[in-house]
Amino acid sequence: MNRAAGEPVVHLRHACVAYDGRTAVRDVDVRVDAGEVVAVLGANGSGKSTLVKAVVGLLPLAAGTLELFGTPRERFSSWTRVGYVPQRAGATTGVPATVREVVATGRLAVTRFRRPRAVDRDAVQRAMEVVGLADRAGDSVSTLSGGQQQRVLIARALTCRPELLVLDEPTAGVDLASQAVLAGTLAELVAGGTTVVLVAHELGPLHPLITRALTMADGRVLHDGAPPEPDHLHVHDPEHAHPVHEVGESTAAAWGLR
Amino acid sequence: MGAAVNPLSFQFMQLALVSALLVGLAAPAVGVFLVQRRLALMGDGLGHIALTGVALGFLLGTAPVLTAVVVAVLGAVVIELVRQQGRTSGDVALALMFYGGIAGGVLLISLSSDGSNANLLSYLFGSLTAVSPTDAVVIAVLAVGLLVVLAVVGRQLFAVCHDEDHAKVMGLPVRTLNLLLAVMAALTVTVGMRVVGLLLVSALMVVPVATAQQLVRGFAATVAVSLVAGVLAAVGGVLGSYYADTPPGALIVVLALAGFALATLVGAVVRRNRAGGPAPGDDDARARRPEEATTR
Repeated sequence: MNRAAGEPVVHLRHACVAYDGRTAVRDVDVRVDAGEVVAVLGANGSGKSTLVKAVVGLLPLAAGTLELFGTPRERFSSWTRVGYVPQRAGATTGVPATVREVVATGRLAVTRFRRPRAVDRDAVQRAMEVVGLADRAGDSVSTLSGGQQQRVLIARALTCRPELLVLDEPTAGVDLASQAVLAGTLAELVAGGTTVVLVAHELGPLHPLITRALTMADGRVLHDGAPPEPDHLHVHDPEHAHPVHEVGESTAAAWGLR
Repeated sequence: MGAAVNPLSFQFMQLALVSALLVGLAAPAVGVFLVQRRLALMGDGLGHIALTGVALGFLLGTAPVLTAVVVAVLGAVVIELVRQQGRTSGDVALALMFYGGIAGGVLLISLSSDGSNANLLSYLFGSLTAVSPTDAVVIAVLAVGLLVVLAVVGRQLFAVCHDEDHAKVMGLPVRTLNLLLAVMAALTVTVGMRVVGLLLVSALMVVPVATAQQLVRGFAATVAVSLVAGVLAAVGGVLGSYYADTPPGALIVVLALAGFALATLVGAVVRRNRAGGPAPGDDDARARRPEEATTR
């Protein structure tokens, strides 16, 4: 971590985000520096997905400020520096598409309305190789497993070689073995200097990669620091605890959150 | 109708066939994006709205195809704006527009001086003799325009229809592209209304795409096969209705559905052969999917 060096990659100050008519993120201050791997943890409805959607510009801030790479959000336009990997629900649509076709759409951030050239096709090929799906390039995305579909979406984000990769629940609905493959892919990207912000319910095989965890509940950041120990990976909303949540509760209590 | 006479010797058949060819290309080319976005029925609603435009043309004494273009495009823009608002009531708002479109159209056509039941039927289900030289020019300009626009922004539309949020993050002009698609859907409806009819034109936007999906698995491949299926159904339906003396729209859609049934059968056979290893019918599968043959 080189917190002191250079401008922050993401800098939220007093950020509030409204979603579905209610304030889903309240007064959040977060600074992410280059090279960090930040996990945003929390229960459903804690505001963690809303937070990252605001960071990539999908939701406006109701209050507060956001800077990306030192530029205020309103003036930021170098979206090729940001790779966004949404929840996997969007991986298939009414018409089947091949892995290559889906990954290639990511390159539109660079090509915009011009035709793709050899360099663009190379970037798409390279992105598929990074996630280990080059041999499935001609297959329909809908025939892939959940973990493979997740890697397709990551490859799509990688076609522009982003400096910041934002992933919304990359491990949701992905079996443990595939999560390990995913972790390997992310580890390579992190080693290459990519800054990562990811949303997760639990860290699982991603745990060794994470340099810092933000735990959210009710729209606020309750904890900002080292990721929870693997024994206490299950983080739950203390407001809505029920018996099976005891581990999460005691973890929260140990951090002095209540 | 003189079945023994070569149909191509009649001017009305030449105009009808050229129109059928163009709508057979344009309808699936635009429709594939609607299917991708799971808005397959949007063309149907636009057809209803366009009927009011047709009726306005009768009342105002202008070419109905032109007023249909204007009204359908306006309707498409409103639909897209309602959709972008994301209100739960949007669904009902669309239904109201569709009912209003068809009821208003029927009412206004009945009121106009040259509005007869035969006239109304020809707009609803298409007619071989309906394509005037003026219509043919409008149809040709619109259809070629649609195909050119798709060739230019097809990739971007694919990205938006595939994952709107991701397209926004990439900085693509998502709202503009969505509006463009809605307008193109409206134009497709008016391109197809003379030959296929307003009630059935949306079938030609959807059925060939569904047919292609039975046979191939990529988006580009789906577009290619659906264009072939669309042209075969449209041209075949126009020729067939010359001999059978039926409304061309109905025969076009029945042919398109027959193509879908055939493709479903072929697709099932191909998939079974592929699952069961080399089989007598496997050569077909290889011819269709050459890239796979090399990996097996």
